[in-house]
Amino acid sequence: MKIAITTTGKDLTSEFESRFGRAPGFIIYDIDKGSFEFIDNSVNLNAPQGAGIQAAMSIIKAGAKVLVSGHCGPKAFKVLNEAGIKIYSVEALTVAQAVEYFVAGRFTLIQSADVGGHW
Amino acid sequence: MKIAVASGKGGTGKTTVSLALAMTALSNVELQDCDVEEPNGHIFLKLENVIKENVSVPVPEINTDSCISCGKCSEICQFNAIVFFGSPPMIFKELCHSCGGCVKICPVSAIREIPNVIGHITTGKAGSIEFIQGQLNIGVPMASPVIRQVIRLSGKREDTVIDSPPGTSCSMISAVKESDFVILVTEPTPFGLNDLQIAVETIEKLFIPMGVIINRSDSGDDRVEEYCKEKGLELLMKIPFSTDIAKAYSNGMPLINSAPQLAEKFKEIWTKVRLHKRESK
Repeated sequence: MKIAITTTGKDLTSEFESRFGRAPGFIIYDIDKGSFEFIDNSVNLNAPQGAGIQAAMSIIKAGAKVLVSGHCGPKAFKVLNEAGIKIYSVEALTVAQAVEYFVAGRFTLIQSADVGGHW
Repeated sequence: MKIAVASGKGGTGKTTVSLALAMTALSNVELQDCDVEEPNGHIFLKLENVIKENVSVPVPEINTDSCISCGKCSEICQFNAIVFFGSPPMIFKELCHSCGGCVKICPVSAIREIPNVIGHITTGKAGSIEFIQGQLNIGVPMASPVIRQVIRLSGKREDTVIDSPPGTSCSMISAVKESDFVILVTEPTPFGLNDLQIAVETIEKLFIPMGVIINRSDSGDDRVEEYCKEKGLELLMKIPFSTDIAKAYSNGMPLINSAPQLAEKFKEIWTKVRLHKRESK
C-alpha cells in the first residue's frame, strides 16, 4: 500500500509539513516495498485557488491510498473522500517519523475538513 | 459623466463622498453601489419602488449518463473547478469562472451550463437619485460578476456615481474601468498614503483621469498632500475631521445634511470633472 506524506523536502529524512494543499511536496511511500518517490507540489504552493484540489489529484494519480498530514481543508477533503483515500493527522518532525507513527497507530483519523480554505 | 469613487484603503469615506456627489449632482443622477461585499449606500437613502433580482453565473453540470470519463473538461479548466480521477468528474462550482471551455471541449456534449446564484441586485429611487446596488452572497469568492451586472443594468441617467469596493484587485477594476473620472478618497495617515499610492498606480494603468479627496484632513500629517503635489494629482477637496459628521453618519445621515456648507464644494467638483468626460467609448 502506498501512503502520501506531506513534506518540505525530498526524502525520508526531510521535515514533515502539517499543511496539505500548500505543502511544498509529497513523499509517496510504499509500505510493502519500503521504497518511495517524491512529488513536487510547488506549483500549488502559490496557487490563488484550488491548491487542495490539485494536491489531492496528485496523490490520487500517484496511487496513494492514505494521506498522512497535519490538517485538511474542505475541498481537498471532498476530493480525497470521494476517491476513498483515508486521511490521518500525525504530529511528526520528519517524514520517516510520520511513517513510523502511522504504522504504530499514533494518529488521528480526519473525518471532516479540520481547517478552512486558504488557512 | 461617470465618476467612480475609489480608494486603496477601506473606511476612508467612499460612501460618504459618493452620496455627497449624488446629492449635489446638477442633473438627475444614478448612484451605483458596487461595494458588493459590503454595500451600505441604501442605509442613507429612503428608497422607494425597491426591486430585487438575483445575479447568477453559468456553471457546468455533467450528464453522468452520457459522460465517457475522458477527463478533457478537467484538463482545460484553468481554475481547478473540475476534478477528475475516474468517473464522473466532480465540480466545484464556487471556483468556476464561467469561461465555458468545458462545455466546448466535451466530445460527447455531456456538459451543459446551469445558473448558479451568487448575489442580487437592488434598485430603487430616492428623490431624484436613481439607486442600484449589488450584493454578493456570503461565502461567494468572486465579486466581479455582480459588479458587472450592476454596471450592465445601469445607465438610466446622464450622470453616474460609482461607489467602488476598496482595494485595487479585480473587483475595484471592474467598478472603475468604464468611468470617465476616478476620485480617490484617502486619509492623511501612513496607511492612507501607502494605499493611495497603490491605487494611483492602478488607475494610471487604466489611463483614467483622477483626483484626490482627503477625508478627516486635519487628523494626520502632510505626506498625502506632498505626494499629490509631487505626482501632479489634483487635490479636489479636504473634508475636516469632525465629531458632528461622524455622529451624523452613524445615525444614517449623509454628509450633505450634516455639513451643508460642503455642498458647494461638491458642486465645484462636478463642474471640474465634467471637463474630463471621455468622448468616444
